[in-house]
Amino acid sequence: MKPTDIAAPDYFHKVVDCQWACPAHTPVPEYIRLIAQGRYSDAYMINWKSNVFPGILGRTCDRPCEPACRRGRVEETPVAICRLKRVAADFKDDIKQRLPHPGPKNGKRVAFVGGGPASLTVARDLAPLGYHCTVFDGDPEAGGMMRTQIPKFRLPNSVIDEETGYILDLGVEFKGGHRIESMKALLAEKYDAIFVGSGAPRGRELDIPGRKEAAANIHIGIDWLSSVSFGHTDKIGKRVIVLGGGNTAMDCCRTARRLGGEKVMVIVRSGFEEMKASPWEKEDAIHEDIPILNYMVPVEFKHVAGKLIGVTFQHVKAEYDAKGRRNLVPSGDPDQTISCDDVLVAVGQENAFPWIEQDCGIEFDKWHMPKVDPKTFVSTNPKVFFGGDAAFGPKNIIWAVAQGHDAALSIHKMLSGEDITERPLPEVHVSSQKMGIHEWSYDNDISIDKRFKVPHRDKVVALKDIKTEVELGYDVKLALGEAHRCLNCDVQTVFSTSLCIECDACVDICPMDCITFTHNGEESDLRTRLKAPSPHPDQDLYVSSDLKTGRVMVKDEDVCLHCGLCAERCPTGAWDMQKYLIEMTHAGSTCPTKSRSAA
Amino acid sequence: MTYIAKPKFHHPSLKKNELGYTHRDYEGKISTLCAGCGHDSITASIIEACYELSIEPHRVAKISGIGCSSKTPDYFLGNSHGFNSVHGRMPSVLTGANLANRDLIYLGVSGDGDSASIGFGQFAHSIRRGVNMTYIVENNGVYGLTKGQFSATADRGSKSKKGVTNTDNAIDLVAIALQLGATFVARSFSGDKSQLVPLIAAAIGHKGASFIDVISPCIAFNNHAGSTKSFDYVREHNDAVNRLDVLVGRDPIAVDYAPGTVQVVEQHDGSKIALRKIDADYDPHDRLGAQTFLAKHAAKGQIVTGLLYVDPDADDLHAHLNTVETPLNTLGADTLCPGSAVLDKINASLR
Repeated sequence: MKPTDIAAPDYFHKVVDCQWACPAHTPVPEYIRLIAQGRYSDAYMINWKSNVFPGILGRTCDRPCEPACRRGRVEETPVAICRLKRVAADFKDDIKQRLPHPGPKNGKRVAFVGGGPASLTVARDLAPLGYHCTVFDGDPEAGGMMRTQIPKFRLPNSVIDEETGYILDLGVEFKGGHRIESMKALLAEKYDAIFVGSGAPRGRELDIPGRKEAAANIHIGIDWLSSVSFGHTDKIGKRVIVLGGGNTAMDCCRTARRLGGEKVMVIVRSGFEEMKASPWEKEDAIHEDIPILNYMVPVEFKHVAGKLIGVTFQHVKAEYDAKGRRNLVPSGDPDQTISCDDVLVAVGQENAFPWIEQDCGIEFDKWHMPKVDPKTFVSTNPKVFFGGDAAFGPKNIIWAVAQGHDAALSIHKMLSGEDITERPLPEVHVSSQKMGIHEWSYDNDISIDKRFKVPHRDKVVALKDIKTEVELGYDVKLALGEAHRCLNCDVQTVFSTSLCIECDACVDICPMDCITFTHNGEESDLRTRLKAPSPHPDQDLYVSSDLKTGRVMVKDEDVCLHCGLCAERCPTGAWDMQKYLIEMTHAGSTCPTKSRSAA
Repeated sequence: MTYIAKPKFHHPSLKKNELGYTHRDYEGKISTLCAGCGHDSITASIIEACYELSIEPHRVAKISGIGCSSKTPDYFLGNSHGFNSVHGRMPSVLTGANLANRDLIYLGVSGDGDSASIGFGQFAHSIRRGVNMTYIVENNGVYGLTKGQFSATADRGSKSKKGVTNTDNAIDLVAIALQLGATFVARSFSGDKSQLVPLIAAAIGHKGASFIDVISPCIAFNNHAGSTKSFDYVREHNDAVNRLDVLVGRDPIAVDYAPGTVQVVEQHDGSKIALRKIDADYDPHDRLGAQTFLAKHAAKGQIVTGLLYVDPDADDLHAHLNTVETPLNTLGADTLCPGSAVLDKINASLR
């Protein structure tokens, strides 16, 4: 293998698994260390810069970081990254003074369709640069689906108000209750750029017999949640069936439990394991006495005299074809009818752009989605940008934020007369953490604690009031314990070939057997000759150039604890622990310098 | 300056030996030796050898004297018996322990100061008596604990860190061990675990006095130009006569070396050593030849490593003394001291 180029920004970025997996590339270990130090406001600001809604995401994020967390490969469970984010939001001081101030106006106007996470992120990035941002939303308040679809017992209004407020206070003009009905009309208003962040607002229908006849008791999940959110709906029948296996279904069933649903159940087509809902959301639903039945396909809504009486299901089983694709085939068991008073249909969401006229210069593909460049987020109309669910279909808030940052950069570049396809490199800082012999500026003593549970409110109390938040969040002590579980993967092991005397001290001390000195070879061959098995080929090997004996140093990054013992036991300083901080380029970032302070 | 303990986590797919232990289970406390010390690599090699042999930790007694080397038993086999004795007195303590309980595996860990100076006599007699043990000298040629004075194994003409030339002749412990009748004699290098680990494993399987001289560079005081025990010098002058693989409880694996280059030696405990010859003329069963070979190569400044001599049919001190198979420490007082009537009978037989 060729010697690893650690100067390439991506190499060490990949080692910080959580940050690499996060669409917005939040510097996770950096903020977790600040939490451990009690510097909650600093931790919050790191998050705010990167993911814009720390308090909201700390309660609702889909957490792509956690399955990636190295801790999950070392022991059973990853660090509770998401809930630590909430800790930063819960315990911070007043941070208003640290937010950017609306800059002098530059005379350019940007219109936003929809006031959800994507639009607000773009506005957050552009407003301080002097753009006049006008956000249009059909709902009276900002937040989009964060406000309308996520139940209050998971995300209280106060958190949404606070974090959307930080953005609107940057001088962003919010026009609530003002639904954009025509792109053509909007274009005619001569904005310098338009950002479409209108989400995926349409719940998918379930067109089976009885749907029309029993319509009064069959509700589309996201519309029903939204109606509950605005207080238009405040009760439901005692027996409720929720159809669908995503997070919306979980929100629906738990909301139903709070509005009078006594016998609420979730029924999914697929197997329990393949459900789209996050495992922890399934757990929470089950904890609230909501059974989840699987491999059952709804075939008919049963009704008598226009009133729903139940749903008939066909039992299926999964069969896999030669290519490993799953097919659901009838299991042969007789159909089953489950009686109920109401049905909530949460079988998916769709985009809908009836308000974009055909002659706006915005082209659509065969799936009726706008043609959007995945890097710049520009549509075929150079002044119109898309982001969030409106761009590539339903995903999670954190994706909307990440796309918002990129779209804001494009808009800023376009309106500065620059080529939007040229994307500046992220800013990277690398600095040694050595303070003295056996002394590092980070806590390298590895905690063996198991993941700490987030305290929940008592079920009886929680189910009584739809606005009572179920999760209480970590207290300071639990947060500290959980923060200590972080392995500081951003403190990198940096190897200098010229200093190494091949004494084997690092090999002997490494608790995870990550390091091997051997003769070079192809990667597939090298992986078989390492000191410990190498079960994750997606994790890189760090290979040195040739050493004095003709061998190379090979480090499997897979399960490195970043404990720094290799550097502590190295007599010549050939190993050093260096903190790698990568900051993604946002609109208005100063030109990144390519200099590195070490290595 | 605080040390962190080595994290308890280990590689999730670490292999286990027959007893269900990983090599991490054979570790001791974290080393307090200087960073990069060769002794730590010997520690790691002992851990690896015991892991590979699936040795039950409670069956091992590790005994040492004084010095950097003699601190190391604290860093391996944390669940074994141990005795950190007086300077140079490891061999007599080990001999006594061995006489009292012949069932344990004895690891004598010593250094060049401990064995070639203050304990030279003790070293000589334990070898001479054929105590069943693995005697490892962690040989760095200097007194590390007292800041790097030449030890008795420092080569004449080699230079200290400050540039002073050694004018005394060196004691070659391997040559002495051969002369005194050790039945397993080897030399290795802390920087070459692929050679050292099987040597330790084979020595543990040997019945009789096994002696391994391990050259172990002292990073702090003896790893400079002019030293003959530095990483660079040893790597440049290492003349390995053979390589070996220890095969436990199974037939020799098919080895893809040229015919005639592999020699299988069966040990008392049933394990087999597959010796891969590097020097075609070298015969590890020829004591006199080994002595001559060593002397010739030493004169050329070469460091001969590998398994230098082995007598697979060797005996040990217990055989010489004709002691009972049962360890003496498990015999009752009436058996060990049968009373005046028996004494009278013995005395009468001698009149």
